[in-house]
Amino acid sequence: MEAADVTASARRSAGHRLADLFHGRPRLQAGALLAGPVGWLVIGYIGSLAVLLVTAFWSLGELSGELEKALTFSNFDQILTEPVYREIAGRTILIAALVTITDALLAFPIAFFMAKVASARMRGVLIVSVLLPLWSGYLVKVYTWRTIMSEGGVLSWVGVGAPTDDLVRVWLVMSYLWLPFMIIPVYAGLERISDSLLSASEDLGAHPWKTFRSVILPLVFPAVVAGSIFTFSLTLGDFITPLLVSKTQFIGNVVYANFSNDLPLAAAFATVPIVVMIIYLLVARRLGAFEHL
Amino acid sequence: MRISGRTRGLLLGGVGLTLAFIYIPLLIIGLYAFSSGTTLEWPPPGFTFEWFEKAFDNPGARDAFWTSIKVALIATAVAIILGTLASLAVVRHRFFGRETISFLVILPIALPGIVTGIALNSTFSQVFGIDLSLFTVVVGHATFCIVVVYNNAVARLRRSSASFEEASADLGATPWYTFRRVTLPNMRTALIAGALLAFALSFDEIIVTTFTIAAGEQTLPIWFFTNFARPANLPIVNAVAALVIVFSMIPVYIAHRLSSEETVGAAGGRGAAKDTTGTTVAAEATAVP
Amino acid sequence: MSRPTGSSARVAWVIVGALVAFMLAFAGCGGDDDDSGGGEALTEVGKGEGELDLVAWAGYVEDGSTDPAVDWVTDFEKKTGCKVNVKIGNTSDEMVQLMRTGQYDGVSASGDATGRLFEGGDVDPVNVDLVSNYEDVFDALKDTEYNTFDGDNYGVPHGRGSNLLQWDPNEVKPAPTSWDVVFDKAKDYSGNVTAYDNPIYIADAALYLREHQPDLGIEDPYELDQEQFDASIDLLKKQNEHIGEYWSDYTKQIQAFANGDSQVGTTWQVITNLLNADGEPEKNVLPSEGATGWSDTWMISSEAEHPNCMYEWMNHIISPQANADVAEWFGEAPANEKSCKLTADAEHCDIYHADDEKFFDQIEEWKTPVADCGDDRGEECKTYDEWVQGWTEVKG
Repeated sequence: MEAADVTASARRSAGHRLADLFHGRPRLQAGALLAGPVGWLVIGYIGSLAVLLVTAFWSLGELSGELEKALTFSNFDQILTEPVYREIAGRTILIAALVTITDALLAFPIAFFMAKVASARMRGVLIVSVLLPLWSGYLVKVYTWRTIMSEGGVLSWVGVGAPTDDLVRVWLVMSYLWLPFMIIPVYAGLERISDSLLSASEDLGAHPWKTFRSVILPLVFPAVVAGSIFTFSLTLGDFITPLLVSKTQFIGNVVYANFSNDLPLAAAFATVPIVVMIIYLLVARRLGAFEHL
Repeated sequence: MRISGRTRGLLLGGVGLTLAFIYIPLLIIGLYAFSSGTTLEWPPPGFTFEWFEKAFDNPGARDAFWTSIKVALIATAVAIILGTLASLAVVRHRFFGRETISFLVILPIALPGIVTGIALNSTFSQVFGIDLSLFTVVVGHATFCIVVVYNNAVARLRRSSASFEEASADLGATPWYTFRRVTLPNMRTALIAGALLAFALSFDEIIVTTFTIAAGEQTLPIWFFTNFARPANLPIVNAVAALVIVFSMIPVYIAHRLSSEETVGAAGGRGAAKDTTGTTVAAEATAVP
Repeated sequence: MSRPTGSSARVAWVIVGALVAFMLAFAGCGGDDDDSGGGEALTEVGKGEGELDLVAWAGYVEDGSTDPAVDWVTDFEKKTGCKVNVKIGNTSDEMVQLMRTGQYDGVSASGDATGRLFEGGDVDPVNVDLVSNYEDVFDALKDTEYNTFDGDNYGVPHGRGSNLLQWDPNEVKPAPTSWDVVFDKAKDYSGNVTAYDNPIYIADAALYLREHQPDLGIEDPYELDQEQFDASIDLLKKQNEHIGEYWSDYTKQIQAFANGDSQVGTTWQVITNLLNADGEPEKNVLPSEGATGWSDTWMISSEAEHPNCMYEWMNHIISPQANADVAEWFGEAPANEKSCKLTADAEHCDIYHADDEKFFDQIEEWKTPVADCGDDRGEECKTYDEWVQGWTEVKG
């Protein structure tokens, strides 16, 4: 430990002197390492969120329509008491949950196949295939789905019929958009389940469904939760998809609509997804999902 | 492991269904790129290369493309630096609030893009009074890209032992030397995989970008947005999108190859490689549209 | 070690927290750029700055990229050296929002944006003496309540027109003559009705009720008291059940009509033109109840970086040829009297009632709803952000 000091040479470079400063002071080392990221994140990002939150407690002047920086709860009062805001929030959370469940179900077969059944080469091909859609351009995908779901589009052309219900449309498109973000963590989670566990279960006479329920499911669950963080939060905040494929409003739409006229109201409503996601993240962390990100 | 024929059949069915679900819309994008119709009608009335020609000629598309590349490169670089620093601190040290760091790092990507967007927008214009520009866009992107690099780096650092670094220090190396010659090579592939995913996220991001970009600038997603509103350019957008999909196979493939390499200090053999792929790829599961 | 665990890290967190608090305080003090008026108009137009950033309605700033024959920007760029960058605003809300960033030089503002821009201090007065084509503008468009504030001109008129009712003649029979086809009779086309996606559409409902429920006493559809407002909202909620989709960007509307997803609803002439050019059969009409419409004004930003180019643009866009071109392309009445002789269709100005004030009396041009009803009801009328909240309720 003190060896470096003991092998004394008369000239010590700046690098060595700096090393001496940090040596034996792990907290200083940690501090120096963290200064950049934490500084950026906390001051830049958390600070911005804090500013937004403060704005939620302001209001617009009755007659002038200008920003009045006095503390008031009127915005929160409005979003909590007026039914339309509760409906919108409820609808957004419902669809977020449905999309998450749908994606978990869709992701599982392919993730399992990639993790346990496929050859190394096949696995490589599948991983690339799953990641490729991330590059296809969000807007292009949404517009394409618009045409697919339109009256003259692919779905009615093949006879399935164009979905007209707004929530169905949004659910369909969002399940499509976020699917890769669920497949990858589930795949990784399944991969970590040792083959020997599965063989043991089989040797003990369990048939595949029981193995799935008692062995695989509990072990892969944190990974599913990890994936769900993204499917849930992406649905919660999206306003472009509801705007383009439906006539309903999600939380993001209301925030966006009020952003220029009534920033305090927009900020107040924006706290809803923030609170929801923080709770979600805390629960997810408790369930061990953070290890599977 | 052995799977009965019936289960295997079901499994393959599920795989096929999911892959079809993912790829049919992408194929439709490709079809529209060659369609001679201008309003995305179905089925496509005819075949043409016209839109690809126009896409190459279109200065707006080219500029937006390069702007996206620039922003993504810088944001990724920043994310690599900050993500690596944070990961080193979290894995190799103990301190008050360590668990909070993971939470903090994931927040920008877990919170909805519109929240991040308007928060940053308000802060830039009202608190700091600075103009929106590519700089502000980079700030926005880097913020949610940090987590991607961070997760990859943490995963890699966790599975390698600190003993190499300690040995290096014992031998008289400065921390910087140790970092450069011992830690970094160990993390290299994880960082590259993380960087490639961060690049993809930044490249395709639209919501935060809308709130942080200057008037005269366009990234590719913004270009898509404005050109969807111009009827004559609609098919060109599809052509551009199709091109991006095809070309993006390259970085995705590279990312995959890199993440399959073995780590320093991990046990050799197929098991380790398989493990690394899983962990690294698992850490790539983040994004913001 | 004598140091207690983690104390230096704790100190670090405290410092960070203090910086965040400092930022918050900063937010509380800063951001006071809303002083209405007070800006200065230019006294002379200097050399062009080489660039121009505009916010405009789709179809107002065409440089040949939509249709090579439709271009009044390229020659402007050549003549003045001002390269034009245009950002399309789909609604007045978007335009106001964009202008507030201070990153643009000018905007083609409708009457429901001009007031807000003025109040927000986002625009400067315009010295119309520096705009040589201004004198040829129709008198009816000069010094109006939506382009003149505190006695100063705040822009140059671009042109005006009305919203129209568009329908697909293959699906909607007989040809409609009233807005009832999208209100009381909307159930006949349930799922295929469309409407403009913006709170200002409430005025369209009010306009309808003015005729069909006269005991509400609605006169100006932008000045609605509580009872009138509630009735309009109720009408829109009923309409919402039959709406297939709302539209704000015109590509969306064109697609929807071409696909058959929309069969009847509010439109702009340019949309019908583009559909017809693509072989689609859509028609439009000005219904018997009248319609809402717009009268647009080019305004200059109070933070314009290229004011000289903006003045050049304002002069160019209301010059006889350019104004004729844009009025024909978009389907509206030009602002410049001399444009009427230069339109490709000699009847254009007649069709669009360019000089017909009686016609435009029927058109309720977009304007910002404010509390002051402007009549003996006093300050009872609903303000724009109440309209926004009402619209949120309508869409549900």
